[in-house]
Amino acid sequence: MQNRFPFWKNLLILVTLFIGIIYALPNLFGNDPSVQVSSSTTTKLEQAKADEIEKRLKSAGLTLKSFEFSDGNILARFNDTDEQLKAADLLRESVGNNTTVALNLAPATPEWLRSFGASPMYLGLDLRGGVHFLLQVDMDAAIKQAEDRYYNDIRSGFRAAKIRYQSVSKENGSIKIKLKTEKSAFASLELLAKDFRELKVTETEDPTVILAKISENEQKEIKKFALAQNMTTLRNRVNEIGVAEPVIQQQGDSRIVVQLPGVQDTTRAKEILGTTATLEYRLVDVENDVQRAVNGRIPVGTRLFYEKDGNPILLKRRVIVTGDQIVDASSGIDQNGSAAVFITLNGIGAKKMGKMTQKNIGKPMAVVFIEYKSTTKTVNGQKVRRKEKVEKVISVATIRDTFSKRFQTTGLDSPQDARNLALLLRAGALAAPVDIVEERTVGPSLGQDNIDKGLMSVVVGFVLVLVLMAVYYKAFGLIANVALGFNLIVIVAVLSLLQATLTLPGIAGIVLTVGMAVDANVLIFERIKEEIKIGNTPQSSVFIGYEKAFVTILDANITTLLVALVLFGFGTGPVKGFAITLSIGILVSLFTAIWGTRMLVNWMYGNRHIEKLSI
Amino acid sequence: MFKQEIDFLGKRKLALILSSVLIIVSIASLAINGLKLGIDFTGGTLVEVGYKQSADLNVLRKDLAEAGFGDTTVQNFGTTKDVLIRIKPQDGVSNAQLSDKVLDAANKSSTEAVDKRRVEFVGPQVGDELAEDGGLAMLYSMFGILIYVAWRFEYKFSLGSVAALFHDVIITLGVFSLFQMEFDLTVLAAVLAVIGYSLNDTIVVYDRIRENFRTLRQDGSENIMNISLNQTLSRTLMTSITTAIVLIALAFLGGEIIHNFAIALLIGVGIGTYSSIYVASPIVLALGISKEDLMLPIKEGEEFDGMP
Repeated sequence: MQNRFPFWKNLLILVTLFIGIIYALPNLFGNDPSVQVSSSTTTKLEQAKADEIEKRLKSAGLTLKSFEFSDGNILARFNDTDEQLKAADLLRESVGNNTTVALNLAPATPEWLRSFGASPMYLGLDLRGGVHFLLQVDMDAAIKQAEDRYYNDIRSGFRAAKIRYQSVSKENGSIKIKLKTEKSAFASLELLAKDFRELKVTETEDPTVILAKISENEQKEIKKFALAQNMTTLRNRVNEIGVAEPVIQQQGDSRIVVQLPGVQDTTRAKEILGTTATLEYRLVDVENDVQRAVNGRIPVGTRLFYEKDGNPILLKRRVIVTGDQIVDASSGIDQNGSAAVFITLNGIGAKKMGKMTQKNIGKPMAVVFIEYKSTTKTVNGQKVRRKEKVEKVISVATIRDTFSKRFQTTGLDSPQDARNLALLLRAGALAAPVDIVEERTVGPSLGQDNIDKGLMSVVVGFVLVLVLMAVYYKAFGLIANVALGFNLIVIVAVLSLLQATLTLPGIAGIVLTVGMAVDANVLIFERIKEEIKIGNTPQSSVFIGYEKAFVTILDANITTLLVALVLFGFGTGPVKGFAITLSIGILVSLFTAIWGTRMLVNWMYGNRHIEKLSI
Repeated sequence: MFKQEIDFLGKRKLALILSSVLIIVSIASLAINGLKLGIDFTGGTLVEVGYKQSADLNVLRKDLAEAGFGDTTVQNFGTTKDVLIRIKPQDGVSNAQLSDKVLDAANKSSTEAVDKRRVEFVGPQVGDELAEDGGLAMLYSMFGILIYVAWRFEYKFSLGSVAALFHDVIITLGVFSLFQMEFDLTVLAAVLAVIGYSLNDTIVVYDRIRENFRTLRQDGSENIMNISLNQTLSRTLMTSITTAIVLIALAFLGGEIIHNFAIALLIGVGIGTYSSIYVASPIVLALGISKEDLMLPIKEGEEFDGMP
């Protein structure tokens, strides 16, 4: 008799359904607003600390839904976001310097489901609220910095090798070396070939002039390094702010995506991510007259700077210590009550600082604060971003004693500034300046709205389609409806398993698949009707209907899948989210609409004699 | 054997006129009005704020102007409590800080704190790239379809299907241009999805045409194609209706952000249904399809026997 599935096919479908239900289930339990506390250093939090925190939360009158401590991390769950925010504020004030307090949405999946490794879909920023940044790394600046480095290295290298040169200068992306005599040309080329292999050296018609340029390969390396270094630094900074589940990803060859779920204070986030603030320590030149320098006659070996109040000051060209020699920094208040940053130097930095301060006791030393600011200007109708290096002297103090590894710097405007500077120094400097070229912030109220509305439209659309199918195709319509439910469950399960990010366009993709999933069934049912009309028996009508419709369904769905894949390949953000759910939806609907319904039809009509189909 | 009910192809001259008019109007509108591009493509800043009470847009406009924002668009978004503020890319302003200033201005004349619902900032350069990528995606998907359909069917079919797709895309864009509805990234996704949907429809019709050319012992390409269109008609309508129902739910319940997306798809589904009957098939007919074109060199479809 026709229309019977072999046992394995029935089993496969039922097992798929069962697995689908298990992995889709966690989504019903939703998320708990929670606060995550972890150590920001390598030492983990201890049980005693956890107990103390739990007690503190309870004594503040907050109702904890649960309090978990594992592997040095604390996860405190709350019933609503109000309590969550209160708890986070409380903990930030009270738990001290070496801990990070972050807001989180922890899945409220029950233990038995978690043991299967099941967890809910990851909600996109448009649904949970948060901020998305696209940062552009300024690669030109990275190359220029490298050029500066080579420029300095060449000068000191030539001096060390005792090759006399008239001048070394930077010209149109090349370093131009002008030698005193022709005789030293050979030695120079030899030195460049040995110690500066990354440079492409060209001789000019003038035998005393050599041009050196950073090679293509080296430029690529510099860019790659700048991107990698910036990502590391950004990750450190994000961790310092305290964000649960941040996303930091490379996009293209010069961009970085940073997503911070739950972050609402975008001003601070922007400040922290975008700034390239660092410090430099220099000696003050006390022998020369500042006014003469202001008039354009800057003495050799010095540079003119300005203090915060606009007063000019002459500093030595040589830098004692730069920001990258700082290994730790924290903020606080000094004995006079003004904001201060406490600095710890690495070995080399400490040695240099010690030597310089010992030699210069009684003389003034200046702290220079360096920051890159970007502005957009229109040049010849083209938008051009410019990076301006802003350097200002934030404090000048007389050296009273020999400095060592640890010391403090004052002169910052506010405790907030001190805190940010300490954070930036701790997290490390960006290898190249970055620019925010895209920002998308979704407030928490809109996020919840989006979830509610998205869910509502799925439910309403789904129910309407169910009704229409049942009315039009009767028993077969009901079967298609069961398959449609199955379809929805499996889509959600697959998305949860892949830990794909669900966004609002993603929900639209699911809704659209619901509309299109019935298409396969419509095709099959119409075919069956036709076969009945031309006089086939019910059993063979079902058989032929499914068989003939199959090729059509395959062709139609493969072409749609093709479009979805192109969408995925080219799209960013919202388009990608839509493409993912659409593709998964198409694949799943092929399975449920063809095999799922067939199984049910077989159970209902298969393997027996029937007079009439309810279709 | 098959009772021919509707003479679709007999009315192909009428359809040709209708389609031509729609396309000419669309192209004219696109040329004259252009699309009202969203900030995804133009670059700029968009801030959505929520007030506790109905917002007074004039006060907000004044506050924004005082804060130094000259070129702004302020309008309600969905409800009278939600306001959307758009700002064109500005010179000399550190663009990342812009949104904060806007929020300050919005808070100025409001007694209760304004709820920041959404901020989008897109740099001009990124906008250009998104537009370029979108265009490329469309071209690549058309190209992929051209090849796939030519492989599975025959080149006349692939020309017909791609012509139908251009028809659908141009008219959908035309409607957006004519009514100056905002065209953003999600709408672009919708237009691309329209390609997928309309193609789906066309393929189903083609599939039946191919089958009938091979099996029906009747004469006349036009006759066979008419039979095929009639056979697939109830399916075409049923699927369009179910998809439309779902889209209507999305358009009116899914919230403002998704509204234009759903509208674009709704237009596309309507046009796509029409084009699979009145554009895709007449073109294949005009190209002179014949039985010989579809005779099998090898027996295709055999691998599917016994399935499902």
